[in-house]
Amino acid sequence: MSKHLYNKAIKETEREADADVLVIGGGPSGAWAAITAAAKGARVILVDKGYCGTSGATAPSGTGVWYINPTPEEQEAAMKSREAMGGYLADRKWMLSVLNRTFSNVNLLDSWGYPFPLNDSGGKHRKSLQGPEYMRLMRKQVKKAGVTIWDHSPALELLKDEHGIGGAAGVVSATGNQWVVKAGAVIIASGGCAFLSKALGCNVLTGDGYLLAAEAGASLSGMEFSNAYAIAPVFSSVTKTAFYTWASFYHEDGTIVEGAGSQKGRSVIARTLQTEPVYARLDKTNEDMQKWMRKAQPNFFLPFDRLGINPFTDKFPITLRLEGTVRGTGGIHILNEKCETAIPGLYAAGDAATRQLICGGFTGGGSHNAAWAMSSGSFAGEAAGEYALNLGQNAAHRNVTGISSTPFTSKTDKNHQNNQVVKEVIKDVQAEVTPFEINLFRNVKNLKPSLQRLDSIWNDIRSGKLADVSNRVKARESAAMTATARWMYSSALERKETRGMHKRTDYKEQNPDFHYRLLTGGLDHICTRPEQNLLHREGVKG
Amino acid sequence: MIELISESKCISCGLCVSVCPTNVFEQKKGEVPVISRKDDCQTCFMCEVYCPVDAMYVSPNIEEEVIDENQIVQSGIMGSYRKELGWGKGRSSSAALDASYKMFRLMSKLPGH
Repeated sequence: MSKHLYNKAIKETEREADADVLVIGGGPSGAWAAITAAAKGARVILVDKGYCGTSGATAPSGTGVWYINPTPEEQEAAMKSREAMGGYLADRKWMLSVLNRTFSNVNLLDSWGYPFPLNDSGGKHRKSLQGPEYMRLMRKQVKKAGVTIWDHSPALELLKDEHGIGGAAGVVSATGNQWVVKAGAVIIASGGCAFLSKALGCNVLTGDGYLLAAEAGASLSGMEFSNAYAIAPVFSSVTKTAFYTWASFYHEDGTIVEGAGSQKGRSVIARTLQTEPVYARLDKTNEDMQKWMRKAQPNFFLPFDRLGINPFTDKFPITLRLEGTVRGTGGIHILNEKCETAIPGLYAAGDAATRQLICGGFTGGGSHNAAWAMSSGSFAGEAAGEYALNLGQNAAHRNVTGISSTPFTSKTDKNHQNNQVVKEVIKDVQAEVTPFEINLFRNVKNLKPSLQRLDSIWNDIRSGKLADVSNRVKARESAAMTATARWMYSSALERKETRGMHKRTDYKEQNPDFHYRLLTGGLDHICTRPEQNLLHREGVKG
Repeated sequence: MIELISESKCISCGLCVSVCPTNVFEQKKGEVPVISRKDDCQTCFMCEVYCPVDAMYVSPNIEEEVIDENQIVQSGIMGSYRKELGWGKGRSSSAALDASYKMFRLMSKLPGH
């Protein structure tokens, strides 16, 4: 075993390249970051664990976009609408920047040929994007911008010297061999963490970027807002929750589950699911609605059609599928509107970064996340491009070293031998983050022992439990999920109140003493502290 | 979960191998790809959407199931999602028909939205 992946002497390096900016992740935020960095004149490489165009939560899905006409009245109304739900942790200055950038980026999409639907008077509806179409177009634009894309090239380790971050190393999935990119700046756009719950498109989202950032010394913010669960049919990956606004929920015997609903009634669904199955039927719809619902989200109907279920007239069993931080709002702490972390040369965007700045402690839908992805991606791309170009031509010749905290095997084998130990770690972590009684209805009694068990999994990993695992990508993913869960629960224990999506059964009220964002970080020893300088306190409510 | 690559339809273009975000397939040059890491399939339907000849079938079940290839082929279900999205020659993207705005309009009138 060797501690680090990156080894200058190693002969197995299959690909080696220099760039000004390396983007890790090819979902919406990574794609926007790559395009904007390239527009600054930077040479950009984008690596994706899967395939830029299909990877991540957006591509197989459909998403609303927080697209608001840039008039002061409409922007004001948009900013106000979710502040209370988010526990007043968002920041108006950030919201306004994101609204403005989202407006111009969506209009760019239009000029690139995205087929927005027309309204009756010939104008365009630009508040919604169909995932496959959007991300196919983004890949095309990334290529057009002159960015080099390496698909199936997961990043496993950042490279660093005394000046800051200088690249990354990873693995080429097809061969198991190493790739290395030396770059003046690195943007982490690798998404959130949904703990392999099979929520639509989310199984590539295993918190990899959080671990990379924490190893570099960056903090995370808002990791207590990490307990999003989406309604889905029991058999299905399709986690589109909006349509359940028009559903009724039923017990096995056909009686209504009182108080259950897609928004505020989700806790009732969870409590009921703890002891019995729950069924849904979209029976609050009329015929006209049913027609346009199909056109709005074809992916929603796909599983039903294939199984011969009519969701408007048939009851079907549902579950709540964990979406973790993907639809939560926690992520890498960024210092400013350049999306800089505290580590020179390291940037974060999209779901990998905290979305509290525009959402506070709650997101109910994709529209804010989609706006955040395209805006923060653009901010990060522009800033990283400028930063790297200022470093000059020799930036790629720095003497960087790998900084991974989890040992890697030096034996390369892409096949799945000795994967049993990885499966065990994944199962053990899922057993801590999936149960409603630990993650959704939080209290010290359950959180504390859970965190202790997670700490012990982490200690085993640090002492080499996964060091012989030949599939280094899976080993790294399970380490990242373990670390993510520990940051989540450390923050959840620290926030002794209920705010946003973070619900404590032992502290049921929102408490003005906790009206700040929480930072966390560290690897073996996790340190959690309030973020200073909360900018806008006008919305404080006791 | 991915259940089928139809050997009679597949043209061995390898697109599914490329686009699969979780790297489920393996392909020997010129041959029909094989489903070699089925456990990693996340049921995202992307391979099916990208397959240019409707040779793939992703079952809506996230767990493995036994399917009858003949029955699936005859049912006309293969390629149905690609068609729904308006992808493929002679079709136009159904994103242009996206009626989500009607949903947003209704939702904005509900309490709490």
